[in-house]
Amino acid sequence: MKIRTLNIGVTGLNAIDSPGPGVSVIRALREAESFKVRIIGFSYESLEPGIYMHDLVDRTYQIPYPSGGTDILLKRLKYIQEKEQLDIIIPNFDAELYSFIKLEEKLKEMGIHMFLPTLTQYEERTKVNLNTFGKKYGIDVPKSKAIHDLNSIHSLESEFSFPMIIKGKFYDASIAYNVEQIKSHFNKISAKWGLPIIVQEFIHGTEFNVTGLGDGKGKTIAAVPMRKQYITDKGKAWGGISIADEKMLEMTRKFLKSTKWRGGFELELMKDKEGKLYLLEINPRLPAWIYLAVGVGQNIPEALVNLALGLKVKPFSAYTVGKMFIRYSWDMIVDREEFEQISIYGEL
Amino acid sequence: MKLRKNIAVSEAGLLFNPVTGESYTINPIGIDILNMIQAGKTRENICDAILEKYLCDRTTVENDYQDFIGLLSHNHLTERHEDKDA
Repeated sequence: MKIRTLNIGVTGLNAIDSPGPGVSVIRALREAESFKVRIIGFSYESLEPGIYMHDLVDRTYQIPYPSGGTDILLKRLKYIQEKEQLDIIIPNFDAELYSFIKLEEKLKEMGIHMFLPTLTQYEERTKVNLNTFGKKYGIDVPKSKAIHDLNSIHSLESEFSFPMIIKGKFYDASIAYNVEQIKSHFNKISAKWGLPIIVQEFIHGTEFNVTGLGDGKGKTIAAVPMRKQYITDKGKAWGGISIADEKMLEMTRKFLKSTKWRGGFELELMKDKEGKLYLLEINPRLPAWIYLAVGVGQNIPEALVNLALGLKVKPFSAYTVGKMFIRYSWDMIVDREEFEQISIYGEL
Repeated sequence: MKLRKNIAVSEAGLLFNPVTGESYTINPIGIDILNMIQAGKTRENICDAILEKYLCDRTTVENDYQDFIGLLSHNHLTERHEDKDA
């Protein structure tokens, strides 16, 4: 049987201290057994390393920042589509998902398939709505509150005890041990990610993540839990190990069944000393450590592509426990001409 | 006292808890003790075996044995912790 070659657009090509998932997703797609790929990278900045990884990314186009709105993004994607005949796009950033969800139907008309959460699912799981989400679906979450200005800080002391977690609406989180630190984190994070800022109860315990894939009808297609073994000062896993925790898998199945989640996701969990699990965050996209899932037997990006194409995908039933990922950085030597090409023409 | 069923112990002395993802390195005496625990030996038998193999007094061996068991228990590696982490 002839294996089809798919043209797949992938974002998240950055690999800084808070790396994007793009490069890992591409590695997974290149190892897919059910199709071959031609990868079209979508970048926001000229120094995203994935742009220059020519063994992984065939061609890269710069796309406008989400703050530019959906019209300008659609215009750019139409231009790219004329040249590349994309079959699939996999967006990998929280901040860009809203635009891509909005454009899903229009892109489908252009022949581009995606497999994303619905707008309701996307909105419902935001950090701002986490308390309501927990109550609605019967999942334990830490107490959270969204604040829009520094005046609200003084009322926090009666509702929360120190330390508190101060979070940006898309990314970044810092621990505050006093009011001064809340102010400092508020200013720093809001300057980068905007408002509101989310104040969250601090849960003492051990951090775990689960990545997986929901079919949009309540079924779990894939789920792999991981314990962070090496954590950077940004709180990112730089090393991790696959584990066999039935409570985490149960929580994942419950999340997917009750929300009918459509697409890839990452659950951020905290287990306290009593063994109680709290759901800290739901990231509505695949994580940067997604290649571990491939390494333990669940090629989630491949399954996501097949679901996007409307194909039937058999749920994964097992994975290898005790397999580790260890991330590393690597200096690439790049000709200045390549940098010029992407910086000036927005294509490479 | 028994180790939890799913705990993996390598010959080189690496102990891995697949539920939590934690791993521990055990020294050669620890490996001997773990092997004897797995084989169902009693505390008395284990202390006798250690005293036969190593030059030491019984009080020290018994105290160290208790400390070692305490460490295993503290790290949720013994059977009575099964419910909490499972």
